[in-house]
Parts: sequence; structure tokens; C-alpha cells
Amino acid sequence: MKLRIYLTFDEATVREPIIWKLAKEFDVITNIRTAEVKDHMGLVGLELEGESDVVEASVKWLESQGVHVEPIEQNVIEG
Amino acid sequence: MSESIVRALKCRECGQEYPIEPTHVCEFCFGPLEVVYDYEKLEGKFTRELIESRPQTMWRYKELLPIDGEPTVGAQNGFTPLVRAKNLEKILGVKELYIKNDSVCYPTLSFKDRVVSVALSKAVEFGFKTVACASTGNLAGSVAANAAAAGLESYVFIPHDLEQGKVLGAGIFGTKIIGIKGKYDDVNRLCSEVAGKYGWAFVNVNVRPFYAEGSKSLGYEVMEQLGWKAPKHVVVPMASGSLCTKVDKSIKEFIKLGLIEDNGTAVYGAQATGCSPISKSVKDGTDMIHPVHADTIAKSLAIGNPADGFYANRVIKESGGWAEDISDDEVVAAMKLLAEAEGIFAETAGGVTLGCAKKMIESGKLPRDESIVLCITGNGLKTQEAVADHITKPRVIEASLKEFDVLAEADGVK
Repeated sequence: MKLRIYLTFDEATVREPIIWKLAKEFDVITNIRTAEVKDHMGLVGLELEGESDVVEASVKWLESQGVHVEPIEQNVIEG
Repeated sequence: MSESIVRALKCRECGQEYPIEPTHVCEFCFGPLEVVYDYEKLEGKFTRELIESRPQTMWRYKELLPIDGEPTVGAQNGFTPLVRAKNLEKILGVKELYIKNDSVCYPTLSFKDRVVSVALSKAVEFGFKTVACASTGNLAGSVAANAAAAGLESYVFIPHDLEQGKVLGAGIFGTKIIGIKGKYDDVNRLCSEVAGKYGWAFVNVNVRPFYAEGSKSLGYEVMEQLGWKAPKHVVVPMASGSLCTKVDKSIKEFIKLGLIEDNGTAVYGAQATGCSPISKSVKDGTDMIHPVHADTIAKSLAIGNPADGFYANRVIKESGGWAEDISDDEVVAAMKLLAEAEGIFAETAGGVTLGCAKKMIESGKLPRDESIVLCITGNGLKTQEAVADHITKPRVIEASLKEFDVLAEADGVK
């Protein structure tokens, strides 16, 4: 499966090589499509490709590292 | 009717263009897509006289809304009153104050009727039979009502603990209403999955680029109602930040088409402090939006990670405006002020708008001697819980003139 997500990094995580670690830890293809990084915050649009359970596990792992993860689609919703 | 001037969907980040389809995200950079137009096709054809000759609905500006031909859903929506707020002018010490009163928008008493009629008209064009939305309440009611009138099947997804008025205000239309155990963000998460799996028109997901354009009609109306001019200052409540950007776009379009002079309008954003990621970014002088966990009585504005936050921030800065936020107590106080001074019962978001405007007037961010328009976007009857404990209870007496005399005397009635 392919999953499109936004990752938001805060001050504590913005300097960490988390996407590199993710690719080492899990058998997923990481494809950065957009990124903006500043001193206190980072935003990355990422495509994750791999087996469904591996992609899901890698999202859980990202969250456990303190990264805010949400589907691209979710970001557009208001109500 | 002129031919459609809609050109394409265009990525707001990388500029990539896409054909007109039910899609909302750029395949290249994941940026949001926006409808773009060939304005030159309207040159000399889209005049004040033409607009004024049409019925008083939001569709009198249909050339600038992204549908083909006539609307099939919500043909009567829009064209709400612009009220000169004389009493508030005195109270706040300002010279020229107006309220754009979308708390009486047809048919469900919120500005969502504007965006929904565009989204559903477009959904019908695309051939969808089922429409859906994730909602904090107002959108649910509007989708349900407009879908019912158009003979469309509808599903609305809401947080399970939403205000009763809003649940009832959607359920009555026979929609399939789904309460999700969790916060609005959890509703969103589910809906993003549902939108991907079922072939439905999710008004705020896959038809969002069209949906969002409906907000521009609020701006067009304000300018026409002011006598074909833009206000110097306009204050807009912010949830996703979309309305902020669309009001700005409406003004720029009217200038481009020669319908008004450039008045240098400044756009101001209003949020509740319990959910103020955009206001905070403006005040901090950054353009990055830190997601927050929303905690405010202004539930219709409680979006912790606002999709258009970055763009709203930019519009506010570039136009020379500002953003402010106020506490829940100040929201309630402002709702009461608006009701008591102008006879307008707005929902909590209206309290946010007026309360923030008051704060910005006091701090000098909003000048006292220039025209100000406040955008009131929803009706207070839907969020009665917010003020139920803050209004004067009736004084109960016997049906006796004597008893009333005592009461009147206590009130100082002569």
C-alpha cells in the first residue's frame, strides 16, 4: 500500500534523523514530497510504500518518536 | 449567462494544474488545489448592472463560482443582511461598523449554506448520488438540509458530544448521522479513510476546492451592500482559515474585474484562545502553524491543525491586518453584547469575532475612524448551551397587577 501523510516535528524532534531511522527500522519506501524545516518546527509531506502491516507499524513508530502524523486528506477537512 | 471561466484546479504550492475533477491534493507535492479562472473572458461582460438585475441570492455572482450553468442545489441561498451596527459603534467607540449577518443564512442559519450549495451543485455535475461531510455541526446541518432538498443521499460524521441543537439540526433532515466517539480530529481521521474507500462526494475532502469557493460570495455581497466598495477592515472567524483567504480572494477578484476600487482592505482573523494556532502564529511573527489540542466552547472553530492556517496567516500579514484570540468567558460576554446591542443572537463563533474585534479596537490594531465589517457566521440558537447559564432568568409573579406594580417600581419604571 501507499500512504500519504504529513509529519509535524516539534522543537524536540526537528533535529533528529527520524525518517532515516524509519527506513532502517522498517521495510518501507520513504518518498519526501515536500518539506519545510525551521529552528523550532518541521513539516514533511511523505509517501510511505510497503506491506500494509509494515506501513501501519511504521506510522505507530513515528508517533512513538514524538512526531505528529496525519493523513494528507485529514489536513484539508473543516467543518 | 456567460460561458464558464473556470480554467483548472491549481496547486497552491507548486502551481501544477489539473483538470476539473473531484480531487483536492496535488499529486506532486501534496499541496492543496484551488480553482483558478480566466478572468479576461469576463471583461466588459460582468458588470454591476448585470449583477443588480439578478435575484438576491449568492448566485448573482455565479460567473465567479465554479459550477457549469445554473446551480442545482441551494439556488435560494445567500444574500444575507449587512447591518449598520449603530449601537455597537457607540459602545466600542468606532465610527463605522457593520455586521455581515450570516446567522440568518438560508436554509440552515450559517454561512456553510454558501459552501455547501456550491459543493453539492458540483457533486451533482460530477454524477455523485451520495454526499457526506465531517462536521463540527453547522456543516452537518447544511449538508443534510441541502442534500434533502436536492434529493441526494447524505451521511454526516460528527463528534458524539456535539451540542444537541446541532445534532437535531442535522438529524431532522433525515440524513444518516454518525456520532464518533472521540474528538473532531478522530472524526477527521475516520472520514479521510471513508472518503478514500467509498465513492462519495465528501464536501470538505474530495470536492473541497469547489466547496471553499462558495465562501467568496460572502465577500461579494459585503462589497455590493456597501455600495460597491470594500471595507477598510474586515474581521473573520478562523477555524481552518479558509474563510479568511476566500474573503480576501473575493475582494481581489472584484478589483481585477473593475467592479470596485482597491481600498487596501486589511483582513483580521479571530479565534478562541483554547484553539488559536493561527492567531498565535501571526502574533509570534512566524508562518508555521503549530497544531494544538482544541479546548474551547467555540466548537465550530475548534480545529487544532488548520488546513489553511498558513494561507490565512499570509493573507493577514500581506493585507496589513492582525489576528487575536479571546477566552471562553470573553466569548460569552461578546455573544451577549451582540445580542443586547444589535438584536443579533450569534453562535459562539460570532462571540469570538466580536470579542476579538473589541480587543483589537482597544489595543489600536483596528483603527476607530475607518469602516469595519464583522463577519457573523452562525446562529446562536444552535449553541444555546454556551449561554444558558449566563442569561437573566424570568422573574415569576402571580397574574396580579399589584405584584407587577411592585416589580415595576423596583425597576424604576415611572
